[in-house]
Order: sequence, then structure tokens, then C-alpha cells
Amino acid sequence: MRRPKTLLVVALALCGAASFFTGGINPYYYDILITIGINILLAVSLNLVIGYTGQFSLGHAGFMAVGAYSSAWMTLTFGLILGTSPAASGSVYLLALIGGGLAAAAAGLVVGVPSLRLRGDYLAIVTLGFSEIIKGVIQNAEPLGAQRGLGGMAQHTNFFWTFAIVAIAIYGILTLVHSTYGSGFLAVRDDEIAAEAMGINTTKYKVLAFVLGAFFAGIAGGLYAHFKQFIHPEGFNFLRSVDIVVMVILGGMGSTAGVCLAAVVLTILPEFLRTVSGYDWLPGPVRDLAGNRMILYSLLLILLMLTRPQGLFGKLAFGRRK
Amino acid sequence: MIRLPAIFSAAFLAAAFSAAAAGPILIGEYASLTGASASFGQSSHKGTALAVEEINAGGGVLGRPLQLITEDDQSQAGQPATIVRKLISQDKVVAILGEVASSKSLEAAPICQQEKIPMITPASTNPKVTEVGDHIFRICFIDPFQGTVMSKFARENGWKKVAVLTDVKQDYSVGLAECFIRDFQAGGGEIVREQKFSTGDKDFKPQLTSIKAARPDAVFVPGYYAEVSLIAKQARLLGIKVPLLGGDGWVGDSLLKVAGKALDGSFFSSHFSEDDSAPKVRNFVGKFQEKYGGVPDDMAALGYDSAMILADAMRRAGTTDAAALRDAIAATSGHDGVTGKITLDARRNASKPAVILTIGDGGFRFVKKVEP
Amino acid sequence: MIEFLQQLINGLSQGAIYALIALGYTMVFGVLRFINFAHGDIYMLGAFAGFYAAPRLMALAGGGPSYAGAALVLVVAMGLCAAAGAVIERVCYRPLRAQPRLTVLIAAIGVSLFLENGGQYLLGANPQAFPEIITDAAIELPASWGEFSALTITVGQVIVLGSALVLLAALRAVVMKTRTGMAMRALSLNPLAASLMGVNTDAVISFTFAIGSAMAGAAGILTSIQQPSIDPLMGINAGLKAFVAAVLGGIGNIPGAALGGVIIGILEALVVGYISPTYRDPLVFAVLILVLLLKPSGLMGKPEREKV
Repeated sequence: MRRPKTLLVVALALCGAASFFTGGINPYYYDILITIGINILLAVSLNLVIGYTGQFSLGHAGFMAVGAYSSAWMTLTFGLILGTSPAASGSVYLLALIGGGLAAAAAGLVVGVPSLRLRGDYLAIVTLGFSEIIKGVIQNAEPLGAQRGLGGMAQHTNFFWTFAIVAIAIYGILTLVHSTYGSGFLAVRDDEIAAEAMGINTTKYKVLAFVLGAFFAGIAGGLYAHFKQFIHPEGFNFLRSVDIVVMVILGGMGSTAGVCLAAVVLTILPEFLRTVSGYDWLPGPVRDLAGNRMILYSLLLILLMLTRPQGLFGKLAFGRRK
Repeated sequence: MIRLPAIFSAAFLAAAFSAAAAGPILIGEYASLTGASASFGQSSHKGTALAVEEINAGGGVLGRPLQLITEDDQSQAGQPATIVRKLISQDKVVAILGEVASSKSLEAAPICQQEKIPMITPASTNPKVTEVGDHIFRICFIDPFQGTVMSKFARENGWKKVAVLTDVKQDYSVGLAECFIRDFQAGGGEIVREQKFSTGDKDFKPQLTSIKAARPDAVFVPGYYAEVSLIAKQARLLGIKVPLLGGDGWVGDSLLKVAGKALDGSFFSSHFSEDDSAPKVRNFVGKFQEKYGGVPDDMAALGYDSAMILADAMRRAGTTDAAALRDAIAATSGHDGVTGKITLDARRNASKPAVILTIGDGGFRFVKKVEP
Repeated sequence: MIEFLQQLINGLSQGAIYALIALGYTMVFGVLRFINFAHGDIYMLGAFAGFYAAPRLMALAGGGPSYAGAALVLVVAMGLCAAAGAVIERVCYRPLRAQPRLTVLIAAIGVSLFLENGGQYLLGANPQAFPEIITDAAIELPASWGEFSALTITVGQVIVLGSALVLLAALRAVVMKTRTGMAMRALSLNPLAASLMGVNTDAVISFTFAIGSAMAGAAGILTSIQQPSIDPLMGINAGLKAFVAAVLGGIGNIPGAALGGVIIGILEALVVGYISPTYRDPLVFAVLILVLLLKPSGLMGKPEREKV
């Protein structure tokens, strides 16, 4: 990556420029656009955990939930503390986003540390378990709306914030990965025992990957909460985690570019399928299949694993072969 | 099967072409047709689609056929917002019908309100839904009324000690239970035990064992038929002989098939009675069975009524213009629906009588009607 | 006291169901070191197989609920599930045997989602009423038992426990006393050595999947006797609990799976009855996390050393 800092500044400038044109877009397309940004952020953060560090986490939605609820609670409680001007509420929003990210990072720490000794399948189930426990906590928390959900957030999230944050996140993650830390992550992924033998503190890298991944997932949650303006615990369930996992797998674990592309494709695909299932001229079963996203997703997963497990851009080797 | 309404509407479009000047009236519907809440979404959709079909068979509204554009939110949070935006901005519908789950209605309502498109929810019971704005309407009970209906009924029958078994995953159940408990205690009754379960649970013996130990005169179970049928069966097996009480969520195809005789002698409040001799209800049940096979549940009946009320409002307004349509919907009064005579009050909630039904001889039997 | 005993009884019969499903997880893990994510959905398939087959089979046995009819339904469901399990293994897992474990785990998630959503599409999302193959009723306890006669034990519970015990015994016989069983044990100890010794790895693995799936199918039928409401998503929860049971008992260990199932069933009943049902699912996960942290090899398993 040549002159990453310049690229970042250019990206941010483009975001700013583009955001001037987003005022007149059809709200449906705008929704898809923002969702693409949020999904890219989620996928890239999960990629750090699964793709680069080889820790199969099935609980990413849990971190997103922590970020979403924390930031929503913050803006709902402290929203007016600095006043009502756009600058004031905007600052509260940003602080809330970061707060959400930090809360999620803390959750990442709580999940990451006990999971250290676990491998592959076990880790997957345990992360799933933690995600369900987080969901359970929210479902019982009255100040967070419990089973009724939490609403009333103002729509602070817009094109600029979403994609600026995405740009910063990608910059951060790529910089990290191309540094010595990155080698540490990859070493843990490729052969943990060898890495330990070489003196690499695998614990540090695994926990770091979890915490960072959770941090960005938390920010994504905050963006989501302030875009949809209503959040519900069931929106952060296992299926949501699977959604993100599919993006990482399709993109190819360990390839940030691939994962971004996959996020875009998998956000647009369901909407495209929705339109397809509305075409009267297609036979019934085809339209039903198009309308049933989960059946297609599951088939996609199976086919992908059978034919091209490395996804679109991934490198083949990951984890220890049996 | 899910796309059938679109095909039907397309056919009617062709037939009505001679009459139609401006093409079909587009109505949007968002529902959970797949996923965890699919059984509710599919039911309400069936009712809505049946209503649209009937309306079109009768010549449509204002000389134009109705075209129902249905989108599946796949029981996933986050989807209702997207698809409602699509329905409004892309498909340019004049009104939105949906959703059953309050959480999904709460997600979509701000969007409808902002875009000034009227939204009618057939079955969301969380009071907050209609509070979002003046373009959001509901045609079902809200919990306070239904809760008091059963509470009064229990006290009238001399049941002073009641146990409550709530579905904590359902807004509807929690709200109904809260209202019942409040009213019951205010009237001097005693809640001897409160137990909980979750939608999808199959085993209730632990909770029922606890309830049995408290020796209640009756057990209030404000849940949905899938779980209630199992609860009843297991309660009887455990030796709990007292009547069960419930709400409109009990109405469902599999309720009696699964529960068998276990629900005999139990009571629940509902919108309509299957054996209601009102021709409208008989007609609805008959048509539903003909089209889909199987008896309609409450969701289907409410879905049906929501579409009918929308059409009626359009006729009264004489136009599909959003502002006039909104006012016409708000003015709905005494609409003769299959779920009762519906009047929308100042808060845009439905005011209608409840009926109390009991179960016996393999079916429901009417007990009494309670006015709001 | 009575309440406590009642909860124990409730938990026991539920635990038997978990035990049967857990067997499948544990056996597959034993030979393949892989968690079959889709196993819980085989349980669902068993229930639906019984749903569709029961009317015809019961007519064969003379119409109406009967033990003969129920046994027939059980056998047929087990057979269909065994076939389903073997097919899934052949199509989705066998090609991936040389791949890293993560690949096949993801494929298993895909299979699970496919079964659930495909089931919803083909079989309908609404719960269906499972036909009555055995009339469930409370057993009259003799009055001489004093206060204990207030306990409720149902026919269904007895049948579930009894059938589970029979199936477990049969499984143990197969695993300990037959050549295929010996091959399974050999594979779970050392796959390479086993194949060098002439064990037909593919066949034995298919057999393992088939037997595990048959157990899950049996669980599906037995559960439907007491809880006759089935739907395509019913495997999710039961599968998860059974998996935790398998881990608790020591994954790869057959008696461990049975023990784990019973413990989870009883624990669940006690927590739900005495604390709160909202903690039912988190509790199960908490157990899982605790086991994996404190004694990953489970109650009856042997610690595995990872060789480099």
C-alpha cells in the first residue's frame, strides 16, 4: 500500500465531497448505501479476528449489540447535555460512537480472555454462547428497553460519517496488519504452537484481535442504531453473526479488499433478489427461492466450502490441517 | 405461493383495464414471511391478500384495482426499515400495512410518519407504536383493555387466586400480563405465582410444577397458541385441573389439534368467534378455508380487516391522496370487520368489543361480549 | 420436597432426550474431531418423518394409538434419519475431510441453515400437531406412598426414559461388541493407524453418522409423544443443549454424553422452576463456558494432548 496516509486523506475528502450529493438520493438507495458501509465495517473487523488471527468467532453480533445499545443509551440520556445546536448534538453523537466502541472492546476483552485456550469448533461455540449471553442480558435490562426494543434515536448517521469511519478503520487495520503486529496475528493463525515455540506471546495477539475487532463492531453498532433509529435484541442474534461470517468467508479470510467487496455484494444481493422475486414472468419456485434469502445463503455457504473455501480473494492456507 | 397476490393483481389489472384510468392503486405490505416469526407473518399476509382479492373481485376501489406489494422482512430487525423505504420511495405505494410484531412496527413507523404515508398495523399491541405520529394506526386491541377484560371475568367467577404464566419474548404477552395483574390486584385479587417462558419452548413442566404448588384458582396464560396448546396439555398431565385464561393469541389452527381435550373449560378473550353467526365472519372463514385450507387465526382476521379498513377509507376519502386518506382512516367509525365493530379513537387505536370464548366439544363457544 | 422431586422427574425425562441427541454429537466428534452443527436439525427431521409416516404406520398396527404402532413409527423415523445423516455426510462433509476443520464447520452451519429454512419453506412455518401414537396420561401412584402419591409421573415420561435406556444399551452393545464398533473406537483413537490396519474409514464414518442420526431421530419421536407440537426450527434449541451436554460429559465419550444429557436436563428444570426461565438459555451457555475453562475434557473424558 503506497503512502497510506495520503490515501486516507484522499478517501476522507472523497467521502466529504460525495456526501453533498447524497441529499437527493432515493431513501431506499440511501438505506442500502449506509448499510453497505456498516457491513464493510463489520466484515473488516471480523476479518481481523477470523482472517488474520485465525480465531473462529461466531459472536460478532454480540459486540455490535453492545456498541449499538451503549451509544444509543448515551445519546438518549446525554443527547441534550451540550445543547441543541448541530455541532453540539453531533459531538455527543461522536462521543457516543466512541463510547460504544469502547464498551464493545471491553466486551471483547471479556470474551477473548477465557477463549484463549480454545480451538476451532469449541471457540466458535463459546463465542456464540457469549453473544447469546449478551443478548440475554439486554433482554432483561429495563433501561435498555428489554424485549420491547429501544427507539427514539435521532438519525445522526449519514454518508460522510459512515464512510469516513470505514476509511479510518480500514486504514487502521491495514496499517496494523502490515506492521510487526500483523506478523504476530498471522503467526498465531498459521501455527499457534510453532508461534509459541518461537517466543511469540500468542495470548497478547489473540486478545488484541478480539478487542480491536470488537471495538470496530461496536462502532458499526452505533452507526446502525442511529440510522435505523430503533434496535431490538433479536436484531443481534446468531443469524446476524452468520451474515457477517459469510461476508468474511466469501471475501476470503485475510484479504481486506476481498472482504470489502464481499460486504458490498452481500448487501446488494438480497435487495436485488427482492426485485427479482417480484418479476411476474419468472416461474413460481424460482421467485420463491429468490425471496428466501436464507436458503440461498446456506446453499452458498455449502457450495463455497465445497468448491472454493478460500473465497474470492483469500489465500488457501489457514489453520492447521488435520 | 408468497407471490400469488402479485399474480392475481396482475390478472385483475388486465381485466379492469377498460375501467381503470390511472392504473392500480398500490398498497405496500411488510411482514415476516420467513424466519422465526414466519407463522405470524404468513397468517396476517394470507388474510390481507384474501381481502385484496375480494375487493378486486368486487370492482376494486374508486374504479381501480388494488395491487398489493408485499415484502418479506425475514423476521430480521433492520429489514423493516429498508423495505418500507423501498415500498415508499421505489414502489410509490399510497399506504402501508404491517407489521404484526411491535418491534418491527416501531422500526418502520418513524419512516412512514416522516414520509407522511399512512401505516396501519393489524396486530402490534405496544402502545408506543401509534404514539410515533398521526399517520400510524392500529386496528387491534391494546393490552390495557384486553387485560382488564379477563381480569374482570376472573373476579366475576370468584377466582381470587390466580397464577400467571408469561411469554417474556413477546411484547404482547408481557403487556397483557402486566395489565391483567394490575387490574386483578386492584380489584382485590391475589397473584399467587408468576412464571415465565419463551416463545419456542416446548417443555413447561418446571414452571407448571411451581404453579401447581401455589394452588391457584385459575392460571392466566397470555401467550400464543403454539405454546399454549402444549402448556395446557402438560398442565393437565401434571394434575392442574383449574381453568386456563388467555387472550386473542390463543386463536390458531393447531391449538386444539395439539391440546386435544386439555383446554376444555378454559376461557380466553378474542376479537371474533368462529361460530359467530355474523355472515361476515362466516363468509370470511369460508373463503379463507377455500383459498388456503385450514381455519384462519386472529392474525389472518386482523390482516383481512386492516386491508378492508384501508379500502373503505379510500372510498370515503374519494382519493388516494395521502393527507385525505390519513384523515379518512382516522375517521373510521363502526367499521363492520370480522374482528368486530372497529372505531379508531383519538389516539388512533382501535376501540372495539371483546368476546370471551370458552372451549369445549372440539371447538370454541361464545360466552359473552364485553364493550370497551 | 415434593416440588423438588417433581422437578427432578421432569428434568430426567427431558435429559433423556438431550442424551440421545448428545450421542450423535459425541460419536461424530469421536471419529472425526468435528462438531456437526446440523445434528440438531436431524432431530427435527425425525419428528417430521414421524409426523408424515405415523398415520399410515398406525393404521398398519390396527389404527389408533398403540405401542406397536409407536414402535413402528420410531423404527421408521430412525431409519430415515440414518439415511439422511449418511447422505449429508457423503455430500457435504466427506469431500472436505482433508480441509482445515474450519471449512467443514462452516459447511455444517450451511447444512443446518438449509435444513431449517428449507424445512420452513417445504413444511410450512406453522407448528404442526404430531399425531398421538401413544396416549399420554398421568400414572396413578399408589396411596401407600403417602405424600409421594402427589407426584406426577406420566406414561410418556416412562416411555421416554425406557426407550432411551434401551437405545443406549443397544448402542453400547454395538460399539463394544461388534467389529464395526471396534472400528469406530479404533478410528477415534488414531485414524491413520486404523486405516493402516485395514479399517474402511469411509464406511465406518458413514456408519457413525447413520447411527448418531438414528439416535437423534429417535429423540425426535420420543419428544413428540410428550410435546406434540413440531416445527422446522425445533432443532435449534434442543441441538444446542445437547451439544453442551456432550461437552459436559466429555465429548467423544458415549456414557459421558448420556450423563451430560441427564445433568443438563435436571439443571434446566431446577433453574427454570426455582430461579427464572429467562436464565434457561444463558445458563446452558454458562455451563459450557465453565466446563471448557475448568475441565475441557468434560466429566468423563480424558484430557487430549495436542501433538506437534
